[in-house]
Amino acid sequence: MNWELMWDSVPTLLGGVPVTLELVGLALLFGAAVAFAAALLRLSGNPVAERLMAAYVFVFRGTPLLVQIFLIYYGLGQFEAVRGSFLWTFLREPFWCAILALTLNTGAYTSEILRGAILSVPQGQIEAARACGMSRTLLFRRIVLPIAIRQMLPAYGNEVILMVKASSLASTITLLEITGIARKIIAQTFAVFEIFIVAGSIYLLLNFLASRLIRYAEWRMTPYLRARG
Amino acid sequence: MKKIVAALALGAVVASVGGMAEAKDWKKIRIATEGAYAPWNATDPSGKLVGFEPDLAMALCKTMKAECEIVAQDWDGMIPALQQGKYDAIMAAMSVTDEREKVITFAGPYGSEPSMFGTMKSSPLTKVAYGAERVDLSKDDPAGKAAIDKLGDALKGKTVGVQTSTIQANFMEKYLPKVAVRTYDKLDNAGIDLAAGRVDAIFGDRSAVDAIIKSDSGKDMTLVAPAFSRGVLGKGVGVGLRKADADLKELFNKAIADANKDGTITKLSTQHFGYDISIK
Repeated sequence: MNWELMWDSVPTLLGGVPVTLELVGLALLFGAAVAFAAALLRLSGNPVAERLMAAYVFVFRGTPLLVQIFLIYYGLGQFEAVRGSFLWTFLREPFWCAILALTLNTGAYTSEILRGAILSVPQGQIEAARACGMSRTLLFRRIVLPIAIRQMLPAYGNEVILMVKASSLASTITLLEITGIARKIIAQTFAVFEIFIVAGSIYLLLNFLASRLIRYAEWRMTPYLRARG
Repeated sequence: MKKIVAALALGAVVASVGGMAEAKDWKKIRIATEGAYAPWNATDPSGKLVGFEPDLAMALCKTMKAECEIVAQDWDGMIPALQQGKYDAIMAAMSVTDEREKVITFAGPYGSEPSMFGTMKSSPLTKVAYGAERVDLSKDDPAGKAAIDKLGDALKGKTVGVQTSTIQANFMEKYLPKVAVRTYDKLDNAGIDLAAGRVDAIFGDRSAVDAIIKSDSGKDMTLVAPAFSRGVLGKGVGVGLRKADADLKELFNKAIADANKDGTITKLSTQHFGYDISIK
């Protein structure tokens, strides 16, 4: 073990944290929007929309994220039509290709989490809201969604942690986030063990913070459980 | 690892003792090559060793007036077997490095795989007159410096794809620090991105860049700018010899110099590589 090398690599590797956080943050943000739309379409009762969303979820949950990243980055770039279109402004950059892949991937998972949470809202509460004369949208906004979001938080916390780790795959398309920088240092020093231990520790720290945040959100959203305890 | 070091040390002792016991006149020289690294050296279907190095070895031996035998040796055992006296010289695309020079010595170098840029045929890079075809970075060459400056201007605001931690990445850092570099696991992936327009040029071993240009996706690509060699790009490929055999080293050095002068190396290199790898 080369402790000095490990210590020296810390600031360099920390330099990758902003890119990792940008990847995860933006992908979660866009992914949440995709998931919301996908879950609502899935429950809309429109058979075409339902099938389409089921297919989206099936494809993006059923294939490896690495394959999705490669298809988007190396695959789409091969078509003249894509290169000629306005999309190329984004798809030219490895950063946005990674964001797109991560967004579609987390969108698929999260839409399922959200769908399950919406379906698990007790029928009694919905009936009560109807009895009060709430419209469909008001009922959804005031009753179903708050309960569903509260329900989905633990599962969503899992998804956030998975995303932090999944962002490391962006290093395969030349992005210099934490893993990308680690691989670069390793190519120069051959110190696989030392450098990946430091990189792994940084991910551990990030995920520790992420899980704390989710825990806090859960706590904030369940005052009724606290009162009981 | 320890075993290898021990074998090397033992080999060195045996070799030096042997060298002292019989002062060789070098009428017979055994030269080892790998036979699996075309076009440097290869093995033809009948088992004969062919390629640039076997041909060059024969030419050198003619100059040295020695009878030469070329033998095949696996890459891993190449240096230990030389130390043990199984053969007298190595010509196996072996680059001269500081590490290797600790255990053996090199005559030459007799060749150096140049590094070259590849870009799209439509790129403005192809329209620059660089004023030099080959730049030897180990020499203080004003034309070479001018060519690098022109290249730097042409690449301003552009991105170059290289393979991670290669000599070419070091070159970019040292000579073109202002040019954006994107690093890839493999140069092939940089080639895909060149075709897609994500990078403006790629930089690698000439043979590797050549292979990309000759592939399907490379039909609109071309080599561009001078061929760079030596300096940060490595010391070149030399004849590996035992340290004790100073007289043989002298013979080889003289023969290589002659072969360089009369154009033998250039001729053989053009024949096997399609371009000149000689060091002038």
